[in-house]
Amino acid sequence: MSALNELTISAARDALRAGELSAVELTEDCLAAIEGAGALNAFVHLTPDIARAQAAAADLRIKAGAAPSLCGIPLGIKDLFCTKGVPSQAASNILRGFRPEYESTVTQNLWDAGAVMLGKLNMDEFAMGSSNETACYGNAVNPWKVDGRQLTPGGSSGGSAAAVAADLCLAATGTDTGGSIRQPAAFTGIVGIKPTYGRVSRWGVVAFASSLDQAGPMTKSVRDAAIMLATMASHDPKDSTSADLAVPDFEAALTGDIRGKKIGIPREYRMDGMPAEIEALWAKGTAMLKDAGAEIVDISLPHTKYALPAYYVVAPAEASSNLARYDGVRYGHRAKLGAGDGITEMYERTRAEGFGKEVQRRVMIGTYVLSAGFYDAYYNRARKVRALIKRDFDLAFAAGIDAILTPATPSSAFGLGEMANADPVEMYLNDVFTVTVNLAGLPGIAVPVALDAKGLPMGLQLIGRPWAEGDLLNHAYVLERAAGFVSKPGKWW
Amino acid sequence: MLDHPRARSPEPKVIAGAKSDWELVIGLEVHAQVASNAKLFSGASTLFGSEPNSNVAFVDAAMPGMLPVINEYCVAQAVRTGLGLKAQINLVSAFDRKNYFYPDLPQGYQISQLYQPIVGEGEIIVEMGPGVARHVRIERIHLEQDAGKSIHDMDPTMSFVDLNRTGVALMEIVSRPDIRGPEEAAAYVAKLRQILRYLGTCDGNMQNGNLRCDVNVSVCKPGAYEKYQETQDFSHLGTRCEIKNMNSMRFIQQAIDYEARRQIAIVEDGGKIIQETRLYDPDKGETRSMRSKEEAHDYRYFPCPDLLPLEIEQAWVDAIAGAMPELPDEKKLRFINDFGLSDYDAGVLTAEAENAAYFEKVAEGTDGKLAANWVINELFGRLKKEGHDIGESPVSPEQLGAIVRLIKAGDISGKIAKDLFEIVYTEGGDPAEIVTARGMKQVTDTTAIEAMVDEIIAQNPAQVEKAKENPKLAGWFTGQVLKASGGKANPAAVTELVTRKLGL
Repeated sequence: MSALNELTISAARDALRAGELSAVELTEDCLAAIEGAGALNAFVHLTPDIARAQAAAADLRIKAGAAPSLCGIPLGIKDLFCTKGVPSQAASNILRGFRPEYESTVTQNLWDAGAVMLGKLNMDEFAMGSSNETACYGNAVNPWKVDGRQLTPGGSSGGSAAAVAADLCLAATGTDTGGSIRQPAAFTGIVGIKPTYGRVSRWGVVAFASSLDQAGPMTKSVRDAAIMLATMASHDPKDSTSADLAVPDFEAALTGDIRGKKIGIPREYRMDGMPAEIEALWAKGTAMLKDAGAEIVDISLPHTKYALPAYYVVAPAEASSNLARYDGVRYGHRAKLGAGDGITEMYERTRAEGFGKEVQRRVMIGTYVLSAGFYDAYYNRARKVRALIKRDFDLAFAAGIDAILTPATPSSAFGLGEMANADPVEMYLNDVFTVTVNLAGLPGIAVPVALDAKGLPMGLQLIGRPWAEGDLLNHAYVLERAAGFVSKPGKWW
Repeated sequence: MLDHPRARSPEPKVIAGAKSDWELVIGLEVHAQVASNAKLFSGASTLFGSEPNSNVAFVDAAMPGMLPVINEYCVAQAVRTGLGLKAQINLVSAFDRKNYFYPDLPQGYQISQLYQPIVGEGEIIVEMGPGVARHVRIERIHLEQDAGKSIHDMDPTMSFVDLNRTGVALMEIVSRPDIRGPEEAAAYVAKLRQILRYLGTCDGNMQNGNLRCDVNVSVCKPGAYEKYQETQDFSHLGTRCEIKNMNSMRFIQQAIDYEARRQIAIVEDGGKIIQETRLYDPDKGETRSMRSKEEAHDYRYFPCPDLLPLEIEQAWVDAIAGAMPELPDEKKLRFINDFGLSDYDAGVLTAEAENAAYFEKVAEGTDGKLAANWVINELFGRLKKEGHDIGESPVSPEQLGAIVRLIKAGDISGKIAKDLFEIVYTEGGDPAEIVTARGMKQVTDTTAIEAMVDEIIAQNPAQVEKAKENPKLAGWFTGQVLKASGGKANPAAVTELVTRKLGL
């Protein structure tokens, strides 16, 4: 077997257990692939020593016949996760050189399950962005290319998406506040699931918007997503918003049988000016699910049009508060001060130097919408809208809908730098199909379905009932098998 | 509820201005540190006086990705406090973030409860004299995090930060503006402190900053306050100023008095009071402006998304209610009723729970009034003189109880008892054994006393004649006999014998 890094988790798992390959070999192939993929700028901190030690330990566990779910599986970790002793800086200059003395619950769960850490992955700064262009490391690059033009891998989990799509690792962690797993997954032809809010612990993950943030896996297949999510998820007493629920065997839910299930097609997701290709893709996906025996139902989610504005009030509001701790006092960047400078100068200069433009913009928006006199008009109204959006979904599910099918993104991957001079709101429109899911706390998954006319991957999104990730993954599994999406980007890097 | 239904309200403090009389209206926000070994949202220790920055968990230092988890014990303490103030316990409350930048506030926000506090309306009865008490309404109690400490005087160019106090649980206890003078304000704080200490929910050590308060002061013309009381319309009252962070009863009174006079002078001069936050400078004895309403921080409060609403069950509250200690008002009333103590003595003995417990042990199975006298006058007097508190008393309640029982049984006289107390205080030992061993026992044997009486009468015929003419002089014989007995003869028995023998 050459190029072991191209394996899926499930294939590698079976081969490892069968003794057909070793975790060390698998890890070396990934490290070599990363070495050759500098042009993608996906990995921003490499941890080969940790990887080799973990791989060796995994081989021993496999030999001893005690291999847990991810034993020997090499993964990439989004820079937003705190990993003990390893740079964890949320792609921000303000955390330059920060090495936490603790391990996030999610990554600890992965290591406990035998996974191997290859290194940290590029992302938008503090997970704020849809193109990975706000990173302090420079942007990651999509392995898919058109006419020699470099494309965005999407954001904020752009490094994760690029690394998985380019087979630099078997899978990666992502986080999703408004679409940051699903949009980059769709842009790079991979699978990405955001679980129900509370399914995965937020402890040790740098916070963007606490009431929306959820971590999830970004993988090469739906089965891999099921395997990895089951390991990432846990009830964590250290996160008060983590649900005290048992984690089901998601892989066992992949029966491939969705006969009699009701799939909702929300009419409000048919946006003005939606590209015909996306429209066609959506119809194609609908037909696939229908062919698999599901019942297709037109549904209405009437408050959808208010989701994006509500999201861009709630998320920046929470972010403005969450990012207040980056003040130069205890860790991270501190501006050089001159004689006579006081604490105000220290704050102002540290934060001006440490935060990029987009982060500054959102901190300012958030501060504004929470300020006296504007709170009711913005933040409180957004909370009400949020409750209505959740109610829309509750009503749909109460009417018997099992899953909702929508496009994942309004377009395929766009060119890097293309949006540089655009109104920021245009960039925010990337999240139009995904933010509702975060606002409602629901699970959502992006599945690659086809290539567009340019030869770029396009994905669809399935939205599930709360806490029913197993059922959602099963719908995604059916879609994946029907689509038969096997395309890989041509290697140019 | 034990109440003092007949207590009347004290007269409000009146300050004579240059043009007219003025009354004061005062409301207090008391920040009481919750007695708990761990902080409100982290497991770090709350021990006072530790090495700087040694009691700091990752969440206290606001490290990236760290999350708060509520300390159930602190919640129980807040509920206990609410129950102690006969207040509404809110089964659902919620935490909010109060955002501002300061180096001793690592998160950049304080987690507090603005919109839904855990405790609602309650009441504290503040006694201002026998039969006089002010009922002060409590508006709310909420839980919040304390900030750390900034230290600016260790280095000429740098400031230092100690995060040991960061995240320690505070209860903010907010009163309505029902307090009408500086003395009342101090008495309110003292009463609140007493209740908290009884409950064990706050140590109340003001010097350590364990109990601090912000005082809101305004002035109004006589009659205006009553209009406010009728309507609850604040427009009848003057504009208030808030004096921040007071941690001494004396300073509270001085600051209020100064602030009221400052406001009166401004208003009488035709000026307007500006609503603002002020600081009291005890060295200069004055308050000065800290920041005006315009400069006030915009705290951008919003619900803390890291914490779910705090939901507690009635059964849990009931369990806490079932294990409540007896509170000062109840204890005092019981001491008056059961032991026949005066209002004053009962007040002194119940000031601290430890004192009351000591007294009750002394009084066990004997005369409560006598026990109270001995505890207050002899023991407390002596301890105070030597700067000890009750916990350091060399005389145990069992020992003092034994002394009281010896007096009550007539085994020793009051005078001998004082000698005995001195011996027990300085040397220790079992009082009954000391009395026997040192021959201090009072003589009640009438034969022995009779012999002494006969002897004194025989030796003083002239005095006998005088006494027969003026029976009041019989006391002289009693004195002589007691003296001859070395104080051990029972005075009652002697008096009776003297009267009989003299034929009076």
